[in-house]
Amino acid sequence: MSVFKQCLRNKKFLISIVILVPLLFVALFGSLMISHDPLEIIATQTLQLPSAEYPMGTDEYGRCIACRLIIGLQPTMIVAFGGALIAMAAGTLLGLLAGYTRDSIGNAIMRVVDIILCFPSILLAMLVVGLWGSGVVNLVVVVGILYTPHFCRIAYSSTRKLRKVEYVESQQLLGAGTMRILLKTLLPNIVSSLIIQFSLTVSSGILLESGLSFLGLGVLPPAPSWGQMIGDARAYIATNGQYMFWPSLFLCLTILSTNLMGDALRDVLDPKLKKSF
Amino acid sequence: MIKFLVKRIATAIVQIFVVTTIVFFALQMMPGDPVLLMLSRDGSAVDQEAYDALEAELGLDQPVMTQYTNWLTDLVHGDLGTSYGENRPVTEAIGDRIPRTLELAAVSLVLACIIGIPLGILSAVRRGGFLDLGLTLLSSLGNSVPVFVLGYVLVLVFSLNMKLLPSSGYVPVARGLDNHIQRLILPAVALALGVAASILRMTRSSMLESLGSESVRPLRAKGLSKGKVYGKHVMRNMLIPVVTIIGLQLGSLIAGTVLCEAVFNWPGIATLLVDAINNRDYPLIQGCMLILSAIFILTNMVVDLLYGFLDPRAR
Repeated sequence: MSVFKQCLRNKKFLISIVILVPLLFVALFGSLMISHDPLEIIATQTLQLPSAEYPMGTDEYGRCIACRLIIGLQPTMIVAFGGALIAMAAGTLLGLLAGYTRDSIGNAIMRVVDIILCFPSILLAMLVVGLWGSGVVNLVVVVGILYTPHFCRIAYSSTRKLRKVEYVESQQLLGAGTMRILLKTLLPNIVSSLIIQFSLTVSSGILLESGLSFLGLGVLPPAPSWGQMIGDARAYIATNGQYMFWPSLFLCLTILSTNLMGDALRDVLDPKLKKSF
Repeated sequence: MIKFLVKRIATAIVQIFVVTTIVFFALQMMPGDPVLLMLSRDGSAVDQEAYDALEAELGLDQPVMTQYTNWLTDLVHGDLGTSYGENRPVTEAIGDRIPRTLELAAVSLVLACIIGIPLGILSAVRRGGFLDLGLTLLSSLGNSVPVFVLGYVLVLVFSLNMKLLPSSGYVPVARGLDNHIQRLILPAVALALGVAASILRMTRSSMLESLGSESVRPLRAKGLSKGKVYGKHVMRNMLIPVVTIIGLQLGSLIAGTVLCEAVFNWPGIATLLVDAINNRDYPLIQGCMLILSAIFILTNMVVDLLYGFLDPRAR
C-alpha cells in the first residue's frame, strides 16, 4: 500500500490535517481576511466582549482580538517551519559529511554539534535572543541552530552504517563524486526519519516561539504573536477571561495537531517501531 | 564500570568547561555598553572620568583574554563576580534563588513519576480498553498544552473560581510551612502534568514491549503467577526506557520551570535570568546560564550513569 493511502487511513493523520490545513491557509492568506487593523489602538473600546463587529472582543488597547490572532499566526509558523527547514538542511548535510568522511573529521564535526546539546534549549534561545535582540528572523535562526544536532545525529548514524555497503562502494568505483553519493545514494535511506524529525521539530519550534514571546523575549510588540497575547492577557484573567481563552485554545490546537502529525508519520513511515499508540 | 564512570564524568567536566567558555565569549559580543547603562540609569549625562573609573573597577578595560582568564580563575575560587543590577555577589543572588527552583523542579518530577508510571502500567495492562483509550487521549493532550496555558487554567479553576489555593507568589518555609506548600502546589502540578504525559506514554509502550518479549511469555506458560511476572520480570525490563525518558525530560523540565516561574511569580533563578537579560547585567547572566547549564549537564550525567548501571550494554 502506498504511503499516501496509509496516511489517509490513519485517524491521527486525518485529525491533524483537518486542523493544520486551515491553519496554514490562515497563516498564508490571513492578511486578506482581516477587517480591522490588528495594530490600531482605539482607546474608547478597550477589553470589549465579543460582538458582531469584533467576534472575539477587543484587547486592552481596543485592538480586534480575532484579527490579531489571524496575523499572530504568521510569525509562529515562520519561526517553526523556517527554523525546522534550516535545521533539517544544515543538520542533514553536516551529518552526511561527518558520517562519510574520515573518522577523525567526522568525530570532530559531531563533537562540535553536540555542544549545542549541552545547553537546555530554552536557555540557549534566551541567550541568543538576549545577544542579537528578539524578532522573527533571529528566532528562525535560533530554532535552526537548536535543532541541527537532532537531524545531524540521524544522518550521521545512518551514513556510518551504510558507507561500506556494496551499493555505495559500487558508486565510488563508478567514479561518482562525494556530493552525488551523499545526496543520491545515502540521503534516500533517511528521508522517512528526517520527515518524522521535521514534524517533531515544528511542534517544538511552535512551543519555543510561543514560550519566548510569552516571556517578552520573542516577537516584538506591537506585532502580535499568540504567546505574547497570552502574556498580555494574564493581567485580565479574572475580569475578561475570553481574552486569554482564544489564543490559548488555538495554540493548544496547533501543537496538538503537529504532535498528532508526528505520531501518524511515525506509524506510517517507520514500520520497525510499533504503533506509538 | 569504573572506566565508564570515569569517562562519563570526564565528558561532563569538558562539557561544563565548553559551556563556560561559550557563555563568556557570547556575552562579549552582546550589544549595549553595561558601563554606560549603569551610569545613565538615572538619566543624567555621563562624564568621562566616572566612566573610566567604573570601567576600570569592573575590569572591562582589560583585553578580552585577560578578562577571560581572570573570570576563569575567579570561577574556580567560587566567585562569579558582582551583579551590576543587584549590587551584590552573583553567587549570593543565585544562592538565594536556586533552592527555590530546584525545589519546584524536584517536586514536579516526583509528582510526574507518581502520576505517569502507575497510569502507564495501568494503560498497558488494560490495553485496548476504554481506560487505555482515555489515558492515551489525555496524554496526547497533556503533551500539547504549553505549561503557561495549563498554569493559567489551574489558576482560573483552583484559585479564582474555587478559591482553594493562592494564585501566585512564594512564602519561605520559615514563615509557615502550610503557606509555603499551598503556593507550591499549583506551579508544581502545572509543571508536572506535561512531563507525566511523556512518562505515561513511555511507560505504556515500554511495558507492552516487555510483556510481549520472548523472555516474559514463557514465564506465564511455565505457571508463574501474573503478579510475579509483572512485578519481577516485566518491571525490570521496562524501567530502563523509563529512566531514559525521565532523563530526556530534564530539558523540557528546565524550559517548563522558566515559564512556570513567570506564570506563578515564583522567585527562582529563571525569573532572575529574565530580569538580568532585560537589564544587560553581564555577570548575572553568565552566572545564571552557567549554573543552569551545569545542573543540566550533571543531571544528564547521573541519568547516563544510572542507565549504564541498569543496562550493562550501554556502558
